[in-house]
Amino acid sequence: MKVTLTVNGSDRSGDVEPRVLLVDFLRTNLRLTGTHVGCDTSSCGACTVLIEGEPVKSCTVLAVQATGRSITTVEGLAQGANLSPIQIGFHEEHGLQCGFCTPGMMLVGTSLLERNPNPTEDEIRWAISGNICRCTGYMNIVKAIKHAAMLREAATATTREKAGAAPGGQ
Amino acid sequence: MATEVHMHGRIGESIKRKEDGRFIRGKGNYLDDIELPGMLHMAILRSPHAHARISSVDTAAASGMPGVIAVVTGELMAQHKLAWMPTLSYDTQAVLATDKVRFQGQEVAAVIAESKYQAEDARDAIMVDYDVLPAVISPQQAKEAGAALIRDDKENQKDNHIYHWEAGDQETTKAAFAKADKVVRLHTFYPRCHPAPLETCGCIADVNGATGKATIYMTSQAPHAIRTVFALVTGLPEQNIRVISPDIGGGFGNKVPVYPGYVVATAASLLIGRPVKWVEDRTENLISTGFARDFHMTGDLAVDKDGKMLALRVHLDSDNGAFFADAQPTKFKAGLFHIVTGSYDIPTAHVTADGYYTNKAPGGVAYRCSFRVTEASYLIERLVTNAAIELGMDQAEFRMKNFIQPEQFPYHSATGWVYDSGDYPKAMNVALEQLGYDELRKDVKARRKKGEVTGIGIASFTEVVGAGHGAEFDILGLRMFDSAELRVHPTGKAILRMGTKSQGQGHETTFAQIVTEELGIPAADVAVEEGDTDTAPYGLGTYASRSTPVAGAATAMVARKLRDKGRKIAAHLLEAAEEDLEWESGRFYVKGSPDKAKTIQEIAFAAYTNIPDGMEAGLEGVHYYDPPNMTYPFGTYAVVIDIDKGTGQVKVRRVVAVDDCGVRINPMIVEGQIHGGLAEGYGIAFMELITFDPEGNCIGSNFIDYLLPTAWETPRFELGETVTPSPHHPLGAKGVGESPTVGSPAAYVNAVMDALAPYGVTNIDMPVTSDKVWAALRAAGVNE
Ligand code: FES
Ligand code: FES
Repeated sequence: MKVTLTVNGSDRSGDVEPRVLLVDFLRTNLRLTGTHVGCDTSSCGACTVLIEGEPVKSCTVLAVQATGRSITTVEGLAQGANLSPIQIGFHEEHGLQCGFCTPGMMLVGTSLLERNPNPTEDEIRWAISGNICRCTGYMNIVKAIKHAAMLREAATATTREKAGAAPGGQ
Repeated sequence: MATEVHMHGRIGESIKRKEDGRFIRGKGNYLDDIELPGMLHMAILRSPHAHARISSVDTAAASGMPGVIAVVTGELMAQHKLAWMPTLSYDTQAVLATDKVRFQGQEVAAVIAESKYQAEDARDAIMVDYDVLPAVISPQQAKEAGAALIRDDKENQKDNHIYHWEAGDQETTKAAFAKADKVVRLHTFYPRCHPAPLETCGCIADVNGATGKATIYMTSQAPHAIRTVFALVTGLPEQNIRVISPDIGGGFGNKVPVYPGYVVATAASLLIGRPVKWVEDRTENLISTGFARDFHMTGDLAVDKDGKMLALRVHLDSDNGAFFADAQPTKFKAGLFHIVTGSYDIPTAHVTADGYYTNKAPGGVAYRCSFRVTEASYLIERLVTNAAIELGMDQAEFRMKNFIQPEQFPYHSATGWVYDSGDYPKAMNVALEQLGYDELRKDVKARRKKGEVTGIGIASFTEVVGAGHGAEFDILGLRMFDSAELRVHPTGKAILRMGTKSQGQGHETTFAQIVTEELGIPAADVAVEEGDTDTAPYGLGTYASRSTPVAGAATAMVARKLRDKGRKIAAHLLEAAEEDLEWESGRFYVKGSPDKAKTIQEIAFAAYTNIPDGMEAGLEGVHYYDPPNMTYPFGTYAVVIDIDKGTGQVKVRRVVAVDDCGVRINPMIVEGQIHGGLAEGYGIAFMELITFDPEGNCIGSNFIDYLLPTAWETPRFELGETVTPSPHHPLGAKGVGESPTVGSPAAYVNAVMDALAPYGVTNIDMPVTSDKVWAALRAAGVNE
């Protein structure tokens, strides 16, 4: 069956059996290997991607079900050489060790901050509770997401300032 | 003159990790990310039964399925003398079963096909007839008269007993017990759990028919040792085997052993002439690869009326599964369990251990632990808390009274260890202070008066990590040294290669910092490479917290060698005598005239362009470090919990962890390691369990049954530190990755025991789940 979807802003397509999981399609057909597989029971969240901005475990979705949708994987977080706030947050706060859970964690964090730009610790912990990390004990993942929130806040403030300072800008 | 030096990244600086860049971009290179031209995929058929005789294996249907290239059976492996392989504990293990299956999940056959989906389809079409036999699922059953004989393949094996092992002194211990005012006993079971790294195990075997070179990509914590084992098992010449451990998604001990899948994939690639990839799924990981613990332990602690410890007697029955495949040093059958006297000055002790075969997965590994130290630490710390409660003494005070004192180091323990250094009272005091112990004790009293169930648990663990010394510690005869090779390029940048292998510990940063400290090259300018046996010097690998104690020491030593050569070059450049030069922050300068100096970068350039007559060009070296002793990190952990009387739910209110791992190279990374271990310790104490029904079916074969802590359950951690440098490590470092898993389970459970002490409860086996706590409270008359 033909699958056509948008991944990280580009149109991609492929021919797959109906049973092929989205995660396998991304990893094998598109060679986007940043999306990982950590379990076979939809428990770990290593395979998390964003579908239309919402975090989804790509091991629970068939590739064909994603037809026509817009998908963001970890490879789509940075804009060229510019890391996104969440990526900077994870680096700055030591939010990763082996890195295997990191793509999923960062995507969940990204979507959380879209909905809730200034989450509390409990809100962050709840948001990432579908994702398992075996290395970090979560302390620094929470800090990383807070750090990203701060960067986004700062960026918005700067944009606002610029907009305000622009001649005739309102 | 360019004498300015930037030494960013010295020891003690929390620099950000050098390895992060690729991981946060989704560009890590984990095993399953590797795709080779012409690569095939392998799926393994596993036994549904715990114990059964195989009467037939029919592969006809499977062989004809789309995409199938080959079906491999035990019989085929036997034709190549590969149906069995040696284990790390001098036993044998079936690669693919020929006679019987001995645990649920055992490897029976394998399919190699063009795609993973096709391989799995065909695997399901293999027909196997089994005659089911009674399953043995515990040491207690294993030793019963008339128990089914599991290892009937071994000629002299008449029962299910594997080994008997002892340490300490039986006679003096007996005498001390005779004089005791009180003996406190604890019988507790440290259940089977699993390291469950988020990435499962796997390999890609690529045997080149034209050159005979076998390149094996493998999720291995110990690639060099694996290469040697492969050479011995397969008979391939060792120079033709190249093991590459790519980025590893967590290991925690699970990725130390050699698994049958590796051997089958390699044999298949050899026979077919194409690369073969095998990546296990989560269920395969949980039911067949290196488990942890499964120790049934009984401890007796003899004390006098003043609360002084007199002697310790311990017996343990170890459940080793169907093959004795524990990954541990040769001389020690129950790992380093005899460190069981812990942090206490116990004059005499006697430890006995018996290992048994059962119809369960083999391969006892140290789940974030140095060869069974975790079990030992758990037993003694639980026993000590129970004893304090029974004596009516405060847990902290009882520990203080019996600690090995700072002036007793190096301390010779009753079971033969020589502890290198420690200051246990100090770590305890820091922890109590940070916790506000005295206030909290009052608070606990007040809450209990109101009918609340609440408690404080303490554990003051001592670890033993960083194996060797090589004369004492070896794996399959390979001495447990480790190595570092350092090359400084003409522009003053460097590459460091080691025999270890990071699985998330941040080696690319930590070890670069050692070079910065010793040689003055900024950490950013030092590339660190591990895991390729064709390029890295030989080493025993990363587990048992041995990387910093052993390979870290090797790094310091090799850097010092280069510095010595650098001094000669600097003397030549400065036209000064070597002894007139002083080393400081990345440069040599002439004593008394600090302006006359040469930086390490200038020296490196000269090493290739302007050397004194008779000197070898270049600035590189290698060091193999065989540690004179183990290192002994320690600490005190304190946990406060509240129990919901109605549901039995345990809520962790606070966790204070004070660690002393000697000198910390990158404190940020050290703290990250401690967080991770405390979370895994929490999982072990309250959630993680691999158990079996009477037929030997594994319960805990996926992440729905085998529960791992998420961010929601995991408590917040408060860290503290003391620093007692190791006297024999060149940097004073001790290793830390495992301390929190070693120390914390007892602290968590001790808190529960403290809370339940008023109800007369003295033990609940881990995981301490709500139902067990609820039942204990109910038995004590609560909730009736
Ligand atoms: S791989 Fe998708 S949830 Fe684990
Ligand atoms: S960093 Fe290893 S699983 Fe999260």
